[in-house]
Amino acid sequence: MRVVAFDAGELPAYLDEGGHLLPGAQAPDPDLALRLYRQMLLARRLDIRCVNLQRQGRIGTYPPAAGQEGVQIGAAMAMAQADWLFPSYRDGAAAAARGMPLDAMVAYWMGHPRGGIAPAGVNVFPFSIPVGSHIPHAAGMAWAARLRGEDACALCLFGDGATSEGDFHEGLNFAAVMRAPAVFVCQNNGYAISVPFRRQTAAEHIAAKAAGYGMPGLTVDGNDVFAVHAAVAAALARGRAGKGPTLIEAMTYRLGPHTTSDDPSRYRTPEEEAGARAREPLGRVAAYLEAAGLLGAAARAQLTAEVDAEVDAAVTEALAAPPADPGDITAFTVADGGRADA
Amino acid sequence: MPEQTLIGAIRDGLACALAADPRVVVMGEDVGRVGGVFRATEGLQERFGAERVVDTPLAESGIAGTAIGMAAYGLRPVAEMQFMGFVLPAVDQIVSHAARLRARTHGRFTAPLVIRTPYGGLIRAPELHSESLEAFFCHLPGVKVACPSTPRDAKGLLLAAIADPDPVIFMEPMRLYRSVREDVPAESFTVPLGPARIARPGRDVSVIAWGAMVPAALRAAADVAGDGIEAEVIDLRTLTPLDEASLADSVRRTGRAVVVHEGVRTGGFGAEVAARIAEAAFLYLQAPVARVTAPDAPYPPFLLEDRFVPQPADVAAAIRSVVAF
Ligand SMILES: Cc1ncc(C[n+]2csc(CCOP(=O)(O)OP(=O)(O)O)c2C)c(N)n1
Repeated sequence: MRVVAFDAGELPAYLDEGGHLLPGAQAPDPDLALRLYRQMLLARRLDIRCVNLQRQGRIGTYPPAAGQEGVQIGAAMAMAQADWLFPSYRDGAAAAARGMPLDAMVAYWMGHPRGGIAPAGVNVFPFSIPVGSHIPHAAGMAWAARLRGEDACALCLFGDGATSEGDFHEGLNFAAVMRAPAVFVCQNNGYAISVPFRRQTAAEHIAAKAAGYGMPGLTVDGNDVFAVHAAVAAALARGRAGKGPTLIEAMTYRLGPHTTSDDPSRYRTPEEEAGARAREPLGRVAAYLEAAGLLGAAARAQLTAEVDAEVDAAVTEALAAPPADPGDITAFTVADGGRADA
Repeated sequence: MPEQTLIGAIRDGLACALAADPRVVVMGEDVGRVGGVFRATEGLQERFGAERVVDTPLAESGIAGTAIGMAAYGLRPVAEMQFMGFVLPAVDQIVSHAARLRARTHGRFTAPLVIRTPYGGLIRAPELHSESLEAFFCHLPGVKVACPSTPRDAKGLLLAAIADPDPVIFMEPMRLYRSVREDVPAESFTVPLGPARIARPGRDVSVIAWGAMVPAALRAAADVAGDGIEAEVIDLRTLTPLDEASLADSVRRTGRAVVVHEGVRTGGFGAEVAARIAEAAFLYLQAPVARVTAPDAPYPPFLLEDRFVPQPADVAAAIRSVVAF
């Protein structure tokens, strides 16, 4: 099956699995490279911290994103201020990169009613829990932006499992028919909980499905943050130019369990996991930055300490939040703060 | 008789059905290789093979819709929906097809399938993993709704549901999966869909509950017994068809009723129970029927769930107030 390519032509890949610049690839902008790395590192450190907080019983079930920062940060940092992000539960890394406060995310997984809410000016929709159900929202928001003559695009993140849901089909179809400036980024991490990608679709690639909707689809190495960034930037530009939506399949791997309640050793081999660790996105950028002379070991340690301090502050703030207010249970059910008959 | 947890009894019931009837197929997300996210189907794929215990694509409408086609063609699908909050994409298939296939074809086509789904709160779960949506399905003629509270009933009702000629929504109280144990016969047996069970006899007030609210009601009954109030606890076991005769019989004896459920108040199944009691035992009532339910709001983040889901103390307070009426 033919995968429809961008009308912009072939898109570049940048890094090999060891973080070396691929032959023929143009070196990414150094400032962008450093910003992407810092945001990926922050996401990774927060993620590790959340897993620990769950193990200590301080937060509830948590879905780790480790290994998927290349997709999430590459995509989120290609967005413009006015664009809206539609994340799933695992997409805290992308949400943070769009300005979602870290303590609000920790509070969300703590089960605190004030958690997970984006402040004014941060265009991050709430984490979608029913798999795939936010895909039509992204189509609708982007369609609305076109109707209002505004420049804002939608960027929607979801997993490979989500592409089996009817909402994936309906959302992509609407977006294409309405020429909505939406970018759909599937994080193909190989599994939906325990179910391998091969049981979600008999198609070779998710990107191939784009053809059926009449939109371009492409597969990128999701662990090459520069490649993701370039692909999403091109797709967003396409949307802004009035050419409609794009489907991007980013190949990646979830290094950790599905959630802190999951035991991946029941469905993945240690060899497979070790192979995936060798290809993971964060170490790749670190290797690249070091080889390019942009960030040596000492500076990297310094940066790690810096982001750890940010994570510490966020966790402290979330844990010190005032107790959940029972009034919040009903306060926001409808606009008038409750039902007439309550 | 081996002692079983509620989830162990469900697994055992599925194994009995798979072993006895080659038409039975267990299907759903993660039910095969890992045996379900709660391990309800653990070991079944190894024992019965990947064509009978099937990991499906992640698509609830697809699961319910294909189950209807499979059932119509002669299989007995037992589909798992991972949490009750995720049954919703399948609702069109259940409402528009499973529930009315028999009626619209005068029995020429039928959908004898079971949809198993863990439901209920108080397990510190993320959003939409704590829903109690029985009222949606009880509003649906053509579908039966069962909800056990004990291991023995879980196995017996599940086997009855699988044998039933019509679609059954089988709600499994997650909170009780591993917290209750009792001896359960190892062989296949059924607990018929319909009859309620008196979980505790009493003369002063009838407390009607199902699923995870049954232990809460029993704790409340034990508590008010200290004040000399003898509460009768009725475990409905099956919501539709509803055992109106047992309800009427109990309320005629006690003259008072309290209905308890985890779902929200307005349009909850408690309203139906209260209406049936009013219809069948109005002249025996010495107090209005009381409802102890969740408030009319979305299920809250889990730090507030204790304030949302009825607790034994809430049930005890309602019992005392109807007795004092
Ligand atoms: C509609 C729906 N069905 C089932 C679930 C339970 N569930 C949560 S995550 C998940 C797997 C999702 O896999 P995928 O879309 O590949 O994303 P990933 O978790 O790998 O990031 C399942 C089945 C859910 N949240 N929503």
